[in-house]
Amino acid sequence: MFWESGFGLFLLVFAQCLLVVAFVMISLVFLVYGDRKIWAAVQMRRGPNVVGAFGLLQSVADAMKYVFKEIVIPAGADRPIFLMAPLISFVLALTAWAAIPFASNWVVANLNVGILYIFAISSLEVYGVIMGGWASNSKYAFLGALRSAAQMISYEVSIGLIIVGVLITTGSLNLSAIVMAQDGNAGIFNWYWLPHLPMVVLFFVSTLAETNRPPFDLPEAESELVAGYQVEYSSTPFLLFMAGEYAAIFLMCALMSILFFGGWLSPIPGLPDGALWMIGKMAVFFFLFAMVKAVVPRYRYDQLMRLGWKVFLPVSLGWVALVGLFAQYDLFWGFYARWDA
Amino acid sequence: MLIQTAVFALFAALAVGGGFGVVFSRNPVRAVLWLILAFLAAAGLFVLQGAEFVAMLLVIVYVGAVAVLFLFVVMMLDVDFATLRAGMARSIPVGILISLLILMMIVWQAGRWSAGSDARPGIASPTPPLEEAENTVALGRILYTDHVLLFQIAGLILLVAMIGAIVLTFRHKSGVKRQDVVRQMYRDPAQSIELKDVDPGKGLR
Repeated sequence: MFWESGFGLFLLVFAQCLLVVAFVMISLVFLVYGDRKIWAAVQMRRGPNVVGAFGLLQSVADAMKYVFKEIVIPAGADRPIFLMAPLISFVLALTAWAAIPFASNWVVANLNVGILYIFAISSLEVYGVIMGGWASNSKYAFLGALRSAAQMISYEVSIGLIIVGVLITTGSLNLSAIVMAQDGNAGIFNWYWLPHLPMVVLFFVSTLAETNRPPFDLPEAESELVAGYQVEYSSTPFLLFMAGEYAAIFLMCALMSILFFGGWLSPIPGLPDGALWMIGKMAVFFFLFAMVKAVVPRYRYDQLMRLGWKVFLPVSLGWVALVGLFAQYDLFWGFYARWDA
Repeated sequence: MLIQTAVFALFAALAVGGGFGVVFSRNPVRAVLWLILAFLAAAGLFVLQGAEFVAMLLVIVYVGAVAVLFLFVVMMLDVDFATLRAGMARSIPVGILISLLILMMIVWQAGRWSAGSDARPGIASPTPPLEEAENTVALGRILYTDHVLLFQIAGLILLVAMIGAIVLTFRHKSGVKRQDVVRQMYRDPAQSIELKDVDPGKGLR
């Protein structure tokens, strides 16, 4: 068989990667549009409505504009690092998608340590921001980079602990296994959001901080730092930063639906499971992200740090201990321990 | 096999190249970035060995946290390498001595040193075959079942070191205004705002 030989396998995996990248990129175009539309609707504006029907092609027009503009590099900038930073943040945001399962066996790389892989990649994403901010050789950009370094590390800790709770219940680091452990006769009530309810809220807020979304967008706070780490960026590098940011946000939506909301499983027991459920759930969480951006005012930096270290970290650590207890002694009818001991 | 060898050569070259970059780059921030490249290449080598859990931990802990803090510190310090290099001639003999010592230790370890008969079974905990337990499970068994006491003691030592570092560097300043969030939330306007009628030309007394 050609498809089982080395070259055929390579072609197959390459095609799968292309498919996932195409899906993410096309979604990005409409996510940015949706984000702006929702934001506009909350503020009772129209939002983009000129390019294409209902302004649907606005993001395409914006992307074209960015690409055709001149790349301006500041005189004092560290050129290679300055240009590498947006590339890193964009490529890493796309790389993580390799381990995301869209339906059973619909995954490019079904890793045993899938959740760790995604966690590792998202912990690397801070480098795009730090390198960009430092290489710009500008005070605002540098302040933004420092803030983002501290912020992303702080919230990674609580995200890690929240994931540990889910892993204890599942008994596996494989993302497909995490979804399959939520399968059952009760549909939506079998999913992890019910046993891990407090952690769903914590995870959502932590992902907002991890992806630098409002109300935690202090690295780019336009009212105090102008645009933070991306203040010196223009044209395509800026576009890459922006696309990377949205790809990371969408990835977090996917992670949220896999960890707590049953991935591709259908909420109602009779209906068939499938990738459409997964995409629908991701869209719902993106809507929540957009609403938070429109509704919640920005945090102050010391409040952000306090929330991360003094509230989220102890609560999620305590929850891990509690879940461990529930799982070990098989309390709540095995709701917290879905593995064969 | 050929592809594996090629990938190994790639990662090994990247790791060694990253190491050279750390030593030879003039800019400290760039040196840290080279170090990160070396870490990532090492993680790639781990994956090639089938130790995916260790590889991911290497990336999360070293690249995602430790190196970020390095970068944080190095960016804030204005290290001037020219003045550092000026003192290099004096410290070179000491450096050579230390590297010779380390080299001798490595040679000693590889050639002559061997574990005692009591320690041997503890060191060589054989991991079960992959069909029975995957890499992560095998590691978990060794750390949390076979050697749980040693593991916990190591954790406690790290905790003591952490508390020690905090106690050594923490200075409690008096007279700093801090926000007590709970008190802030329970404040109400009736107690904190006083409305006054100001007569023209008199002002407030």
